[in-house]
Amino acid sequence: MSERIREKLNILADAAKYDVSCSSSGGTRKNDNKGLGNSHASGICHTYTEDGRCVSLLKILLTNHCIFDCAYCVSRKSNDIQRAAFTVEEVVELTMNFYRRNFIEGLFLSSGIFKNADFTMERLLRVVKKLRLEERFNGYIHLKTIPGASEDLIREAGMYADRMSINLEMPTESGLKLLAPDKSHQEVIDPLGMVQRQIVQFKEEKKLIKSVPKFVPAGQSTQMVIGATPETDKDIMQTADTFYKNFSLKRVYYSGYIPISNDNRLPMLGSQPPLIRENRLYQTDWLMRFYGFNVNELLNDANPHLDIDIDPKLSWALRNMHYFPIDINVANYKMILRVPGIGVNSAKKIVQARKFGKLRIDQLKKIGVAYNRARHFIKCADSPYQLKDYQSTQIKSFILAESQSKYLKHDTNQLILF
Amino acid sequence: MQTYLFDGSMEGLLTAVFEWFERKPGAVVLRNQALHQPDAFEQCRAIISSEQQAARVWKGLQQRLEKGWIRRLTCAYLSEKPEVHEHLFQLICYLFQNPPGAEMNYGNEHVLEVAQTARKVEREKHRMEAFIRFQHAADGIFYCGIDPDFNVLPLLGKHFRNRYQDQQWIIYDLKRHYGLFFDLNTLEEITMQREEESNLMNSKPDVLSEKENLYALLWKDYFKSTNIPARKNTKLHVQHVPKRYWKYLTEKQVEI
Repeated sequence: MSERIREKLNILADAAKYDVSCSSSGGTRKNDNKGLGNSHASGICHTYTEDGRCVSLLKILLTNHCIFDCAYCVSRKSNDIQRAAFTVEEVVELTMNFYRRNFIEGLFLSSGIFKNADFTMERLLRVVKKLRLEERFNGYIHLKTIPGASEDLIREAGMYADRMSINLEMPTESGLKLLAPDKSHQEVIDPLGMVQRQIVQFKEEKKLIKSVPKFVPAGQSTQMVIGATPETDKDIMQTADTFYKNFSLKRVYYSGYIPISNDNRLPMLGSQPPLIRENRLYQTDWLMRFYGFNVNELLNDANPHLDIDIDPKLSWALRNMHYFPIDINVANYKMILRVPGIGVNSAKKIVQARKFGKLRIDQLKKIGVAYNRARHFIKCADSPYQLKDYQSTQIKSFILAESQSKYLKHDTNQLILF
Repeated sequence: MQTYLFDGSMEGLLTAVFEWFERKPGAVVLRNQALHQPDAFEQCRAIISSEQQAARVWKGLQQRLEKGWIRRLTCAYLSEKPEVHEHLFQLICYLFQNPPGAEMNYGNEHVLEVAQTARKVEREKHRMEAFIRFQHAADGIFYCGIDPDFNVLPLLGKHFRNRYQDQQWIIYDLKRHYGLFFDLNTLEEITMQREEESNLMNSKPDVLSEKENLYALLWKDYFKSTNIPARKNTKLHVQHVPKRYWKYLTEKQVEI
């Protein structure tokens, strides 16, 4: 018995690991029925894998049998791998016992499509229902919406899940058609829109009637594979931006493609996953969501790709030197937020602290500003007088000279000599 | 300059504030009596903790500050760092001397120091919430021994009580020799004998419930199979899970 379940867990956890999302934030479920679990508003990462990704949910597939043959996926029909499937009871048992030992924040349940979409969705629904109703489990549940499943099933699942997600897989329709001819973006957009409308509707009702149940309280997310098809960063971020705007997604995840097959449409086996590019995309994503940047400021026709050697905020600042230097003691919050080396927390502290007197360099350093980077773009009470204006290329070389990027050591790009 | 000596308790610290406002002796430094090294020329004054005076100061603080700042003061105190008492004392005096809102002045060294220390304590508390691993004993109790950098146990009770309402559990601080015990209804503070304490860390198989080893094994398997070797990044891994916490983590124990 225990050997079999170990084997299943190994196969199905291994197949689920390419889903990046592991967040457990935004849940609002309270333990008011003397049951197990209580959500934590900001989520908790219980451990981290050796590749540095957080583990906060038990992330498994219900089964890795699949009727589709998508070139980028390990569980594709034509791939020769071990197949397995959990029973509903096994998933429930594992979740409850892991949660009791404080290993996890909850369950992330996905599945390969067996038979058809409705049959798969119905199975997923049975797992969450059993957890919520029979076991009185109030932990976090992230459920995959199966594209093509009926609206009723999805709506019912939404009553028990905290977050639902569907993966966009490829940033553009043409990329998706190339690798997964059976799929289309429309299949993803329909259920995303459906769930989104429901969330809004439930929220409206909740304003009037307090007893309205929760519906996907932690919102929806999606994921795109990066580097499998030749899209530019501009394409990727504009797709992400549209999805953030149209479906008020909580997150878009970018997953650097890890070569898993010999297919000649894909990067060959053994090539490095595009980790730096992935990192830069996430930085851009953060700038869009928390720093008030518009996607077109960071990526446009003149700059369709993000710089590899410097982060997108610095590269925006270097392209727009006419805004700088700004005076920390008078500039508005939005502008302070745009200075490279100043983050959201430092910016807030600066705005509060300057009411009490002009800020000096040593105070800025203590507040947490990366001063060596920021000093080219700001002035404060005791900034040294500077006779000459530096060009943006000079500033870039100053910053690069004193920063030790972990990426520069294994930069794989070909040098252009002439 | 005078030196105030207090007994190291929060009550003593607040009494010192009261004393200072009553006498207004000018600049003062606050030192813990137990750690104090007197020198030949200083004037010392011993502060005798008074519950009443401390309560008055605390009430005044509660009227002046938002909840978040009251919590920051408590957290900073729980850090148990010797220099934090001085910063807390100076900060509280500064707050009462200035119009409300002075706690926003991050340019003031005491404000910044207390805010940053409180943040460190909150981080340690959050890490404990993440890294505590319960083991299921044969008598049905889930238990775990910890030795956090700061005294965060008082901050942990609420989180774990809300979360695990249908199981009995013990979290025991092995460094400070006290723990929390939840018996399905109430949460209480407990202390154990030294021999019992040592059992907490190196659990023998006969103390554990029969399924405990299976789930520990399943968790280790899960941890291994969810890793993507092509993306290995040890530096990042150690940054998120510092090595001093590995002794708690089931997934980091070597298989016997």
